[in-house]
Amino acid sequence: MEQRWSLASVAAVTVAALLFVAAPLFVPGWILFLLTLALAKFMAVLAVALFLRCGLVSFGHALFYAIGAYTVGFAHKWFGVREAMLLAPLGLCLGAGAAALIGLIMARYRGVFFAMLNLAVSMILYAILLKLYWVTGGTDGLGVSTPTLLGFVPPRGSFRMLYYYFTLVMAGAVIYLVYRFLASPLGYFLKALGDNEIRIEYSGQSVRRVIYVTYVLSGALGGLAGVLVAFTVGHIVPEYAFWLQSGEFVFIALLGGYASVPGPLLGAIAFEFIRTYASKYAPYAWQMTLGIIMLLIILFQPGGLWAMYEAVAARFGRRAGGVERV
Amino acid sequence: MSETMPILQTVDLTKSFGMVKAASAINIQISQGELVGIVGANGSGKTTFLNLITGYLKPDRGRTLIMGQESTGLPPRLVTMLGVARSFQIPQLYTGLSVLENVLLALAAGAKRGTEYWKPLYRDPWVEESLDLLQQFGLKPYAYRPVAELPEGGRKLLDVVLSFALKPRLLLMDEPTSGVSIEDKFEVMDTLVGVLQQSDITTIFVEHDMEVVQRYSRRVLVFDNGEVIADGKPESVLTNPEVRKAILGRE
Repeated sequence: MEQRWSLASVAAVTVAALLFVAAPLFVPGWILFLLTLALAKFMAVLAVALFLRCGLVSFGHALFYAIGAYTVGFAHKWFGVREAMLLAPLGLCLGAGAAALIGLIMARYRGVFFAMLNLAVSMILYAILLKLYWVTGGTDGLGVSTPTLLGFVPPRGSFRMLYYYFTLVMAGAVIYLVYRFLASPLGYFLKALGDNEIRIEYSGQSVRRVIYVTYVLSGALGGLAGVLVAFTVGHIVPEYAFWLQSGEFVFIALLGGYASVPGPLLGAIAFEFIRTYASKYAPYAWQMTLGIIMLLIILFQPGGLWAMYEAVAARFGRRAGGVERV
Repeated sequence: MSETMPILQTVDLTKSFGMVKAASAINIQISQGELVGIVGANGSGKTTFLNLITGYLKPDRGRTLIMGQESTGLPPRLVTMLGVARSFQIPQLYTGLSVLENVLLALAAGAKRGTEYWKPLYRDPWVEESLDLLQQFGLKPYAYRPVAELPEGGRKLLDVVLSFALKPRLLLMDEPTSGVSIEDKFEVMDTLVGVLQQSDITTIFVEHDMEVVQRYSRRVLVFDNGEVIADGKPESVLTNPEVRKAILGRE
């Protein structure tokens, strides 16, 4: 259905935006770190969520995430480049470029083949990153020094805040672009693809083209996410390309809800906090904690956390006499 | 295209599934503006014929030409781009979208690519055109409802709207009244034929209901075991005892 922004929605978005902007003023450093990490990972989760919308699941999008992260590592190691304004678009382009090549194959497959082929390609990269020790650092990975922003080296104390804002701006741009994509005919065809491929083909539209364009976009998002996580964490390891990382993206998409753009963001933030607290209070059972949460989500809230928000917003909207959807 | 160029021409079109001949050397020509009904018993090759024309099936032998252009073996997407659209026996709709969004996507599919394409699907000219189309087919009250809420007759009509929105030269409809109640089938056909007569679209519809074919078609093709056994005006063809035997199993 066409989305019309009610007053309540505009107010909710404004409050959320203000909270994100003001966060560095009232949250401690470790929370700011978690938020930065969540904002960065959100982009890779969104990449996976795009395909979940049409019933395709990818267990290999860590490939593009690793490409973005290693772009930062190699640029610093080989060329001494650590400019964030250069590396972010470079990681994005390399992610998109890799997706443009791999997508030629992936656009032909559906279902379990799509899922496993993605996994296979990402595991090939993982093996390369692991074995080419003299290039990639192997299991030791690569260290990333503090990036510069427009040539400016941020002072030690303000680095975390500065890169939080940098990631926030990138996340804002991604949200806008993905909203535009999903509102376009191609975005609707993507949603319709899970319903009826036959009708799409009999409309003169290419299903493969829809999947391919989405795949390139998802590669770009994964690449950008990798760059931003590399900046935030400061160290890159081959596990960035491992299938468990891809599984984590799928997990977060389900946790937050993949049918909307804010769902993966909510999921990414919730995931980082759940993992942090679960590791602290149940260090030997944090994975079980995540498993139980996923079980509860699938059984009782398959639309994810965002669906819970929508249900509450709809109830308030009805009470206020507002109309959210037309 | 010259005035005499047929919209559709098949030459020796043949297709078998194992021992079963679903299309046996079919040679027909359909001219601009014709309203052709295809009848035949179950398994006589009616739907196979549509599938061969639209590229869903590839013929074992023979050719199909759309407005003189070779379309043999082309996939459905490319056949559609030649100006052929079709509706299905089981309506092929986007069930997760609203009725309006289904039509908007059909208009979007026919739109030119380029920067314009990246604008939102909900754009005023398309929304107006979609609502106009839905109005013509009597579906406007359902425009903003999910497809799942449409009655069967409405789903059939929407399936045709999605084909009609592509502005085809040739429209193929596969059993447009199957699954529709006896009371509603003439209403559905009245709506369809009424809209089609106002357009310049050549139409072929497959139907096993002789009454529907007799009332609405201007020309009838009768299929039996993959062959066209009769071709002519409905009043002469459908009264032929041999034809009635082939269709009904009795005279």
